Amino acid sequence: MLIRPKVGILDPQGEAVQASLAHLGFAVTGARVGRLVDLEIAADDEVAARHEVERMCAELLANPLIESFEIVTGPA
Amino acid sequence: MSDRRPRIAVVTFPGSNDDGDARLALERLGADAVPVWHAATELDPDVGGVVLPGGFSYGDYLRCGALARSAPVMDAVRAFAADGGPVLGICNGFQILCEAGLLPGVLRPNRQLEFVCADVTVVVESTGTPFTSGLAAGDELVIPIKHGEGNWVVDDVLYAELVERGQIVLRYRDDVNGSRERVAGVVNRAGNVLGLMPHPEHAVDPSLGPTGGVPLLEGLIAAAGEPLTGRALASR
Repeated sequence: MLIRPKVGILDPQGEAVQASLAHLGFAVTGARVGRLVDLEIAADDEVAARHEVERMCAELLANPLIESFEIVTGPA
Repeated sequence: MSDRRPRIAVVTFPGSNDDGDARLALERLGADAVPVWHAATELDPDVGGVVLPGGFSYGDYLRCGALARSAPVMDAVRAFAADGGPVLGICNGFQILCEAGLLPGVLRPNRQLEFVCADVTVVVESTGTPFTSGLAAGDELVIPIKHGEGNWVVDDVLYAELVERGQIVLRYRDDVNGSRERVAGVVNRAGNVLGLMPHPEHAVDPSLGPTGGVPLLEGLIAAAGEPLTGRALASR
């Protein structure tokens, strides 16, 4: 899962990263800091597994008030 | 009102570190503090109030308060709150109550990306809660803050509703962390669950500094001492 601060939500970490990159001379017009969660799930059915992961995101891994999430699946 | 000291549960999660001070402050102000471990599945039936103390429950992993909200004891706290019992979440306790959906909004990293540790002045906005019933709107309390993630966030629509319903209880007099409109404390719709970033339990002894925490804790203790009639005793 890729979990990111929603657009419009203040992201102090992203701002700090952007400022530090600018300090190092890199031209960056925006930076947002999120989170990557790797899960291993034994499942035959990718659709069902994805549905399960969506529930995990909604209930715990992301806070829907401030974060959006994206699920990327693939074989182990 | 009996002569018995009100009993107030103070929950300890792995990583809580203000539970001891919370118990001391409550005892000092006339309550019996009952230590409750996070793995407990129920609260003593004679407990009249609950404190979720400050600290770094579960190491602040994932998001502050996110893992604590699914601790076994939280089902009992939810039931207690649903029955109208007074619940006070301080700092990490506030973060937990937000993550648990018992309070609106969420606490984000401080705007300045620095941990803040200072005695600050908070202004009482709403007196319609047990915690502030002994205070007047506009009263100023000096209470310490010490947090890295106290920047309270809600959307515009919900914020307007909360103001309208008197759920904004405390504001910092001066901005300390970027919190929306300097909000320092918020109560639930029913008025019995309060979360705040300042630490009233660290502000009860004049020999150690300001004493702005006293009226808030006395409000909790008074509410905890009220008989359970009016709350859904039968359901407990």
